[in-house]
Amino acid sequence: MTQDYIRQRERRTGWLLILPALLVLLLVYAYPILRAFWLSVFTENLSTNLEPVFSGFENYGRMAQDGRFWASLGNTAIFTAASLVLELILGLGVALTLDQAFRGRGWVRTIAILPWALPTALIALAWRWIFNGEFGVWNDILMRLQIIGNPINWLGDPNWAMLGVIAADVWKTTSFVAILLLAGLQSIPQDLYEAHAIDGATPLQSFRKITLPLIMPQILIAMLFRFAQAFGIFDLIQVMTGGGPGGATEMVSLYIYATVMRYLDFGYGAALVVVTFVILIAVVAIAALYLSKVRHAAGVEE
Amino acid sequence: MTTTHPTATPQANATGIPWKKVLLWSAIALTVIFSLGPPMWELLTSIKTNSAITADSVVYFPSLDQFTVEHYVQLFQRNQFHIYIFNSALVAIVSTVLCLGIGSPAAYALARLRIPGEQIVLACVLVVTLFPYILLFLGLLDLVRALGLANNYLALIIPYTAINMPLTILVMRSFFQQLPKDLEDSAKIDGYNTVQMLWQIVLPMTLPALVTTGILAFIFAWNEYIFALTFITRESMKTIPVAAAQLGGTTLFEVPYGPLAAATVIGTLPLVLLVLFFQRKIVQGLTAGSVKG
Amino acid sequence: MAKLELQNLTKAYSKTVVPVKDLSLTVDDNEFLTLVGPSGCGKSTILRMIAGLEQVTQGTVSIGGRDVTPLAPGDRNIAMVFQSYALYPHMTVYDNMASGLKLRKLGVGDIQKRIQSASQVLGLDPLLDRRPSQLSGGQRQRVALGRALVREPDVFLLDEPLSNLDALLREQVRADLKQIFERQESPVVYVTHDQTEAMTLSTKVAVLSEGYLQQLDAPNEIYRRPANRFVAGFIGSPQMNLMTLERVENSVLLGEFKIELPDAARKGSSVILGIRPEHVRLPQEGDCQIVRGDVFLVENLGMSDLVSVRLHGSDDRVLRAMLPADATWSRENIELALPPQSIHWFDVETEARLTS
Repeated sequence: MTQDYIRQRERRTGWLLILPALLVLLLVYAYPILRAFWLSVFTENLSTNLEPVFSGFENYGRMAQDGRFWASLGNTAIFTAASLVLELILGLGVALTLDQAFRGRGWVRTIAILPWALPTALIALAWRWIFNGEFGVWNDILMRLQIIGNPINWLGDPNWAMLGVIAADVWKTTSFVAILLLAGLQSIPQDLYEAHAIDGATPLQSFRKITLPLIMPQILIAMLFRFAQAFGIFDLIQVMTGGGPGGATEMVSLYIYATVMRYLDFGYGAALVVVTFVILIAVVAIAALYLSKVRHAAGVEE
Repeated sequence: MTTTHPTATPQANATGIPWKKVLLWSAIALTVIFSLGPPMWELLTSIKTNSAITADSVVYFPSLDQFTVEHYVQLFQRNQFHIYIFNSALVAIVSTVLCLGIGSPAAYALARLRIPGEQIVLACVLVVTLFPYILLFLGLLDLVRALGLANNYLALIIPYTAINMPLTILVMRSFFQQLPKDLEDSAKIDGYNTVQMLWQIVLPMTLPALVTTGILAFIFAWNEYIFALTFITRESMKTIPVAAAQLGGTTLFEVPYGPLAAATVIGTLPLVLLVLFFQRKIVQGLTAGSVKG
Repeated sequence: MAKLELQNLTKAYSKTVVPVKDLSLTVDDNEFLTLVGPSGCGKSTILRMIAGLEQVTQGTVSIGGRDVTPLAPGDRNIAMVFQSYALYPHMTVYDNMASGLKLRKLGVGDIQKRIQSASQVLGLDPLLDRRPSQLSGGQRQRVALGRALVREPDVFLLDEPLSNLDALLREQVRADLKQIFERQESPVVYVTHDQTEAMTLSTKVAVLSEGYLQQLDAPNEIYRRPANRFVAGFIGSPQMNLMTLERVENSVLLGEFKIELPDAARKGSSVILGIRPEHVRLPQEGDCQIVRGDVFLVENLGMSDLVSVRLHGSDDRVLRAMLPADATWSRENIELALPPQSIHWFDVETEARLTS
């Protein structure tokens, strides 16, 4: 056998081309995660004069007893679940609308993806202003429609604040879901609908029997991305409510940030990072497994 | 069926109210109002006088005597917003260029060259796109301190290059795979080595893809908040999102609603323009990066 | 003394997928070798191995006595014309032709001189500043050719360069190609599935099938004396009549008609008879091997008619004959002569040619 010279050359240049990107990824992704795992078995806070002292799984034990951690985890779960469901419904609605043929569709599409492109921190400012208890436009609209009688301090009231941040997140990311779903809708051949209509199906039946199964892969991918983003949401909440009032909107990410930056408790912060990471990876792994099944099923049906 | 006439057929509907059209245009109107409402409200707020902003009954459209540009003037004169714009632009542009420069060769290698471990690298790149930044900031903070990069643009440029790397690799790879192979074969015979071929033949041909990817990378870098908040504390080096979020009034109790709205408008304007001009490319890039990848 | 030599060349993707098997051949200066065969015969793989685009599994490629097997394509001093032309879309015609020369550190003056002379030959002068997207298919093809010519390589490789042109243009460019490469000294290897191109352009034709070299000869030799049944059936249009016939003593039976076997073919229980339709003729004086049958199909080819005849005494034996178009052939009983010197005999088992 002759040596595979071409392959050797490809391998050499290939690694050369990949190496810089790989280094950057390792530095910014792998190092911090590994570092968090390492640091999580140390106590490093003001009581140790910020020197790392090995403490085994003490941080994890502390976490189990930490009511604030569990509360933040609960908040995150509520926020994530509510956002995802609402975004999916609204995103599907927008995608179905944009999939129709009408005059000015290009403009409407441009407008519809706008929310996704805007900086979350600035959008948080905008929504903070909309939900303002004194001068907010949302109160004004609701009062004009006589839905509420007195102004509500949306973000200052623990009962309403969560709703406020969910609304802002749904506004910001529905367009992302819609873009992905629209791509899925556009890949469905029109003759499938025509054939189905000839068979006597109503539009609603077509939607359930053709549209939904065929865009299931896109739905799952969108949900996967959105889950990861919503689970780690930081900027929106930090700017809108700072986790308040009274911790009503404190997410895991805000708790981690406060633990590290305000309480300077690096070891415990690292343990919080590790747990968040593990939860995220577990959910993603399950979703990815399910996704590959659905993709396979959709591929077979096509 | 929405019609009450038992004999009604879809054709009969056409003579009455065209429900389908009504439904479609309501959906379109809702989509537009939903998407434009909040930014529009910020824009309207930003050009109202303080007394109009805090009027007892909400002023929607400012009359002539309620109109002002003072909030914008104040942002640039007192708050030095041009510096933040410069910082944001610098960090976003440099990291975008770096990301394309480093990411495209990697994407090419993953698309065309057969390397052992290719699948593993790809899988890692895919998973990494899902990591929220909060998981990274603690370790990066360590790095920034160890390397003495606090209050250095590099403390943002390097992470921004990295967070856009997976997207760049996935989008560019899918474009490279669509290129006809003959051109690269022809270049090899002409005597180009792989690196020359990439720079002189392949990348010029994928210019549209580079623009697509670059726009997305720019948007993500411009919008990033948590790293900018943590690694940059010097006022003169802050980026727009952080500076805007930290905008305070002259006294502790005065909330500067007008300037806040104006800052939001300034910070979002570049992105609005990007979306206006490159809507198609953004959609194309997003779907290529997530769906096909 | 640039000369291309392939020794025991083999390409294997796996144990069972072996597109090229143990191929050895040489192409000398002033030779034009065409690799021809049906798709999947390995002809393109051979070309790509010569170019260095495809890894050789076994064997060597030498150019001018130098073993180039381990070298990258750019270090072999070859030029290649692709079926898709593969012009760089972002470069002008001039830059397309100059790119390979610039990489070889040729002086600007030299580059200009070479491009000038090539563009004169190819009529590209007015197009030098254009981009490929502004050119017609035929013009692109000429630019691709020009890019190869200016390189003044040791070997020219052409991969189905005419197949993207429409039929009319193809014929003209084919003639141009012949003239252009007759003036070049370096050997040419040309890949096509089109036998007309193979026959008209080459000094030497290699017929390939399933990775094996079936015959390597001058075009008229291939036509006159096909080495085996595959070559006989592949070269020549309309296709040669090929029939497996039972041997009875020193002759075979074609329907009710007896055909004498030459000495070399007198073995085995049956043999394959081959005769080109253009060699089947109406009986003339002195013709001895005459068959009769019924005409059931007449295809007008312009200059002549291709007449399909069902032979008497056999239900399914069909003989096709090229007959002058000046008569009408309808459902009639017809007599046809099979001149013995035009009949090819092939072994049933090996399918190899029996007569010399």
